[in-house]
Amino acid sequence: MGAFIVRRMLQMLLVLFVISLFTFVVMRAVPGGPFSSEKSLPPRTLAQLEAKYNLDEPLVMQYIHYIGDIAIPHITENRLENSVLNDYLINIYIPVVDRTFRWMNFGPSYKSVSQTVNSIIKDTLPVSATLGIGALLVALVIGVPAGIIAALNRNSRWDYIAMGVSIVGVSIPVIVLGPVLRYVFGVQLKWLPPTGWGGIEHIIMPAFALGFAESARLARLTRASLLQVLNEDYIRTARAKGLAERVVVGLHALKNAMLPVVTTIGPLFAFLITGSFVAELVFGIPGLGKFFVTSITNRDYPVIMGTTLLLGFLVIVANLIVDVVYVWLDPRIKYD
Amino acid sequence: MTSNLKRSTAAAAIPGLNAETKPESLWRSSVQRLTRNRSAVVGLAIILLTILVAVFAPQLAPMDYKTQVLSDANTAPRWVTQVFPVMRPADDGGYVKINETYLLGADRLGRDLFSRIIYGTRVSLMVAFVGPLVALIVGLTLGLVSGYVGGWVDNVIMRFTDIMYAFPTLLLVILLMSFFRSSLGNVEPGTFAFQVGELDRASGGMLFIFIGVGLTSWMQTARLTRGQVLFVREQEYITAARAIGSPTWPILTRHILPNILGPIVVAETLTIPRYISFEAFLSFIGLGVNPPTPSWGAMISEGAGAISTYPNQAIFPALALFLVMFSFNFLGDGLRDALDPRMRGIE
Repeated sequence: MGAFIVRRMLQMLLVLFVISLFTFVVMRAVPGGPFSSEKSLPPRTLAQLEAKYNLDEPLVMQYIHYIGDIAIPHITENRLENSVLNDYLINIYIPVVDRTFRWMNFGPSYKSVSQTVNSIIKDTLPVSATLGIGALLVALVIGVPAGIIAALNRNSRWDYIAMGVSIVGVSIPVIVLGPVLRYVFGVQLKWLPPTGWGGIEHIIMPAFALGFAESARLARLTRASLLQVLNEDYIRTARAKGLAERVVVGLHALKNAMLPVVTTIGPLFAFLITGSFVAELVFGIPGLGKFFVTSITNRDYPVIMGTTLLLGFLVIVANLIVDVVYVWLDPRIKYD
Repeated sequence: MTSNLKRSTAAAAIPGLNAETKPESLWRSSVQRLTRNRSAVVGLAIILLTILVAVFAPQLAPMDYKTQVLSDANTAPRWVTQVFPVMRPADDGGYVKINETYLLGADRLGRDLFSRIIYGTRVSLMVAFVGPLVALIVGLTLGLVSGYVGGWVDNVIMRFTDIMYAFPTLLLVILLMSFFRSSLGNVEPGTFAFQVGELDRASGGMLFIFIGVGLTSWMQTARLTRGQVLFVREQEYITAARAIGSPTWPILTRHILPNILGPIVVAETLTIPRYISFEAFLSFIGLGVNPPTPSWGAMISEGAGAISTYPNQAIFPALALFLVMFSFNFLGDGLRDALDPRMRGIE
């Protein structure tokens, strides 16, 4: 198991490296630069700006520098010059030598003045993550019970209603549900604020818009999984020995039926954080998504790179956790 | 299923009948199962209707989709103001000018919403059909090569697929689209890139959407294809074909491909709603079709800004988008139930 995790970690580094290379190439293939705005700068200013951010170097060197700043740890003085160029994510003071261990400098933002990628992510990731967690809760709280009810009352009215609603659910993308919710609850009924961010009342609608489709998928998964388990021999045994139906379902069936459901939560969460982009744009929420889209139009290279790497990292880690949890939940599975 | 059961028991009971009853072909029983699924039929009907609307859009649309009548901007017929109580008509102390010429109202540039929604079917349906096709071509090719050739080629292709899988798709599409939009938009005439750009402009910006969306969605197809090839490759008829000296290419195209295509096409059908919502999202953030080509995503985006004053401008295209995605989901579900062998015998 330990070897498996280590090997997956190494694979993860490789994947992240390829993602960074790929993003870098595509990003730099797009014409225009961060400083080629409408009112063109005087050539000397431009040259100075490019020199400041190493943009005058050959592309290969720029890439190597970028990756180096992230990957290579530095041992530096305790106080650094206050500049956007040296904002490290990890700063650990080492008392013995009276120096500081610093690691992971994702670079400055070219467009947002005095902001670094690290500071932007620190500001916006919590917003996107809150939205993602909210959506995950919505998905779980609606999806799992709906799936259980549908499976236990198979081919009854409840089953048809639950499955009917779920097929409607998977057909509603956020850009459809978002405006409809905003109109009904924000504008017409005035129960919730139609846009903005801050309080709990701002989270409800976007989280629901984002999580509803996933709750529909979870409901179908739960239903299918529970139906399969209910056909197993050990359920028949449990019933045969006269256990109450409540115990059979609650103790024996559900525990096994939840296996595939639990394992989808990891990737689902990663997906919801990425997907929160859409909800952020629909509801005007200042999360990571808005920054990413504007950073592309602005050619804000470090922000593009940082966001892509962060989300790639989240997706990979989520998948790794699922694989590990799977082994823990189901002893029949073994990784060599 | 019950009717089948009855027939077979009846046939077994009367020995003379047995010879006459033809065994049900896989295809026919699948079609039967599909047509018996009411929701799948409804989905199919709506899709066919939408295709007709898309084809005959110029005949059906009461107005041109790009003509702007600025004096009619943001006007709406009376019934719309009754459906959306926020939109109080001007003659009732509100701000909405009543104009009955537009069935669903006019947008902020004075274009007919209804006509734009009708033309919008074209973009959504094109993406629904061409997007999976691009993914199919890329995924099928890679999967075939990977599965059949095996060895280090297989390893390289599958590792590449893994990496693309880990790529946050949404980000990749946005990146690719911005790359296509801005770098192939202004190249010198005569080059290949310029021709591609021209083709894209001629299609109203749809070409790049096909490529961008297709290029980010082939991974699952490639994996599925490879798995199928690995299975079929070991069958005796492939060994036989190889034994009589058939070269690799005909074996791939004439023996393997026809045998694996079925499940792959079904899997691809199930992903159609994803392509539709992808396009809508891209147009929503302004990386989709070029204005004034009407796309539901772009219309929702424009309307969403005015949701508290003119909700009809966002809600109507949103409903259209929902209806089409809904039908494809219905049909896809029915198809899977009809063709998935594991579903047979249940119910």
